[in-house]
Amino acid sequence: MPGTPESENPVITMSFSVEGRDFKASGEPSRRIKRTLEQIGLDWSVVRRASVVFYEAEMNIVIHARRGTLRAEISPGRVVMVAEDEGPGIPDVALAMREGFSTAPAEIREMGFGAGMGLPNIKKHSDSMEIETEVGKGTRVVAVINVPRAGGAKTRGG
Amino acid sequence: MKVKDIVERLGLEVVAGKAGLSREVAGGYCGDLLSDVMARAKPKDLWVTIQGHQNIVAVAVLTEVAGVIISGSVEPEPATLERAEREGVPILRTPLSAFEVCGKLYAML
Repeated sequence: MPGTPESENPVITMSFSVEGRDFKASGEPSRRIKRTLEQIGLDWSVVRRASVVFYEAEMNIVIHARRGTLRAEISPGRVVMVAEDEGPGIPDVALAMREGFSTAPAEIREMGFGAGMGLPNIKKHSDSMEIETEVGKGTRVVAVINVPRAGGAKTRGG
Repeated sequence: MKVKDIVERLGLEVVAGKAGLSREVAGGYCGDLLSDVMARAKPKDLWVTIQGHQNIVAVAVLTEVAGVIISGSVEPEPATLERAEREGVPILRTPLSAFEVCGKLYAML
């Protein structure tokens, strides 16, 4: 029905633990989430935006934190990305959101990471984003990607 | 045009991912910052980079590029080749600079 808010109970939840500095496994959680989004038949544009959001959040844990979890909560109206980590936290969130600002060390930058685009990319490719962080403890990033319904009021395929 | 046609015409060395050589190529992207490539590369692009570490394979899979051209005679890490082989992502090497590869690729597509 038009105007009816989507259920917030996720239909599918996927959760992966992510280890800091484990570049060997990195990318795999994002990729499995992406494959699931494709399998349930979401629009390419949603899948593409979600890929960027999950990958950037995953790499933030790999680059900056000791460990963390990457979670996808998928419901008919939206895809929610939750990244929680145990790590250094972000002392100045506004600064971290500024494109080009990065605290990544040189050896990470040489790999093409740490360009100061991670959080801005998550914001740009999601419909809403929230950061909770505590210096010395960790960071929680939640980003929501809304799934537009085909044909407005009709459900998919209707 | 397919990846293998470009391999032939540019004389690229196929170092991994032969299984993906018949993929269709529709465009290209050049970049070494992975966040930039994640945000801008399109499916069926050929991605030109000087990064040789294994994370390029994850980015290639997520962006669905047709393959990766490593320019400037950069030697990819063995882990990159293993991962690319597993995923069937063509990794193509060339002594040409990124500028030269992109110029030639642009003219072909």
